[in-house]
Amino acid sequence: MILKLDHIYKDYIQGKMTVPVLKDVCLHVEEGEYVAIMGPSGSGKSTLMNIIGCLDRPTQGTYELAGQDVLALNEKKLADVRLNRIGFVFQNFQLLPRMSALDNVALPLVYAGVRKRVRRERAREALVRVGLEDRTGFNPTQLSGGQKQRVAIARAMVNTPKILLADEPTGALDSKSSKQVMELFAQLNEEGVTVVMITHDPGIAGHAKRIMDIFDGEISRHGEVFR
Amino acid sequence: MLENIRLSFQGIWSHKMRSFLTMLGIIIGIASIISIVSTIKGTNEEIKNSLIGSGNNTVNVLLYEKGYTMEIYSNSQKPFGIPQVSEETRSEILKLDSVENVTCFTERRNMEGVFYRDKAISSGAIRGIDKSYFDTVGYRLKTGRIFLEDDGKKFRKVVILDQNAAEALFGDENPIGKTMEISEEPFTVVGVVESESNYETTITNISQYYSAQESALSGVFIPKECWPIAYAYDEPEKVVVKARSTDDMEEAGQKVQKILNATISPKQEEVKYKADNLLEKARDMQKLSAATNNQLIWIASISLLVGGIGVMNIMLVSVTERTSEIGLKKAIGARKGTILGQFLTEAAVLTSMGGMLGVAAGIGMAQVINRVSGVAVSIDIVASVIAVLFSMLIGIIFGLLPSVKAANLNPIDALRRE
Repeated sequence: MILKLDHIYKDYIQGKMTVPVLKDVCLHVEEGEYVAIMGPSGSGKSTLMNIIGCLDRPTQGTYELAGQDVLALNEKKLADVRLNRIGFVFQNFQLLPRMSALDNVALPLVYAGVRKRVRRERAREALVRVGLEDRTGFNPTQLSGGQKQRVAIARAMVNTPKILLADEPTGALDSKSSKQVMELFAQLNEEGVTVVMITHDPGIAGHAKRIMDIFDGEISRHGEVFR
Repeated sequence: MLENIRLSFQGIWSHKMRSFLTMLGIIIGIASIISIVSTIKGTNEEIKNSLIGSGNNTVNVLLYEKGYTMEIYSNSQKPFGIPQVSEETRSEILKLDSVENVTCFTERRNMEGVFYRDKAISSGAIRGIDKSYFDTVGYRLKTGRIFLEDDGKKFRKVVILDQNAAEALFGDENPIGKTMEISEEPFTVVGVVESESNYETTITNISQYYSAQESALSGVFIPKECWPIAYAYDEPEKVVVKARSTDDMEEAGQKVQKILNATISPKQEEVKYKADNLLEKARDMQKLSAATNNQLIWIASISLLVGGIGVMNIMLVSVTERTSEIGLKKAIGARKGTILGQFLTEAAVLTSMGGMLGVAAGIGMAQVINRVSGVAVSIDIVASVIAVLFSMLIGIIFGLLPSVKAANLNPIDALRRE
């Protein structure tokens, strides 16, 4: 089992009040699954995503990533987990505006200490895979929304992580671009990448092989693998 | 690291105006320090040159009485127990490694009794000289001849003038062969000499003023054997040694002083030979000018401090501005240390660039100071390199707080803000 979260609680402190955001959440994902987590805003789905992505720690609970207890890791080791095991895709792309598409994609390789020549080669390959081989030198400002998101996916996958986490990946895209992104996700999943995606759009969630519902901090449906 | 430096340049370039204004404090601080250091160095070299100067490496070993140079103005003033420099003493001095040449001469620094017809000389010195005087002190023959061996031996009443004395007494007339009066005795002019050292005619400081004064004085020379003809007695002599090099001057002066003082009668306790210590004088003057300038450096350092605070301020703004960038980087696997390094590099690159521009501006300022006020300047390479390294250090010190702030940003908070 690649993701195994059990009895996760997360409280936020607002002033003197403690606000529970996640209540006894259990989430199990097998390797190679394609899961969509659906829920309205405020349901705690982003918080859950941050915990899965090792960006945030739960107040209580256990989390094993590919059998490793990641909650016991220090900050340095967590950074390495984010670097090597998880790829992130965000709603608003999060590309660095002053860098070319190629440099944006190569950024994780910089942190991995890969030599410059190899880095450029691998970043180019990743861009070829998302169909942007003719946009390598462009700055994000010169790209359309769909192209930006594909650059972001290339960046997420350049380190060949086993897990792809996507937070509303199509939230800022038109339907045509959304379709392209969904095709890419399906293709990556075919190749064995575990995909976990957050969305509030049932049409998008329909691309996944399993749909989970989260409501008010609790998982209300774990879903069946239906494809 | 190289990647970080490249990114820093990119960042600085994309905010040209802001970066320049941030650097301005550093630029001004470094520029003032460099121009001050250049002025100190220039002044020091000038002091050394003008004091020791003219490149002929001569040291005066004169008689001092109670701390003041002793001058003889009348026959009754002759001090007891100070013999003339004997031939043995002379050759003992010449044997010293540091000494190239030596001359001993009697001197009166008043020109009463020196006339040609109705003309007199207002200020200058008359000297009874030996055969090595002109070579040692640095005069060359202009017209006529210098003294012959026989002039002294046969007590010929001959005189040589320097160009100032010749001008004062003879004007446009050719003085060679003319007879003039020295202390009621007739002397025949046989030659005119001129000083080898050329002093600058522009006077910008006190030492040049004294040099110019000295060179305006007239010199009248007679063979030392003929001195008693005019002044009744053989008087104690002054000595000038020519050292082999500028660095030998101090040693030569001290040794010659010792040799000469050994010839003075032990009963004579008030009048002693003492060598001019020009290097010491130069050092004292250098210390004085350095002391005033060191205070200026402290003041300039304050502007560096202000510049550093400016850098910190802008870096803090930059961290806030780039919160989401920092969050993204952390999300895709950048460690704390990586972020810290990135911001520290940026601060250091920024201030180093400021430092380099400051050095350039400082060198420019020094040239302007030189043109406008005539103060000598000399660029100090070592100081320039230190200045750039120091501004880099300022960047690291004042960049530390913003960088730590950036490194400690929570990636979720950082990503959420947009």
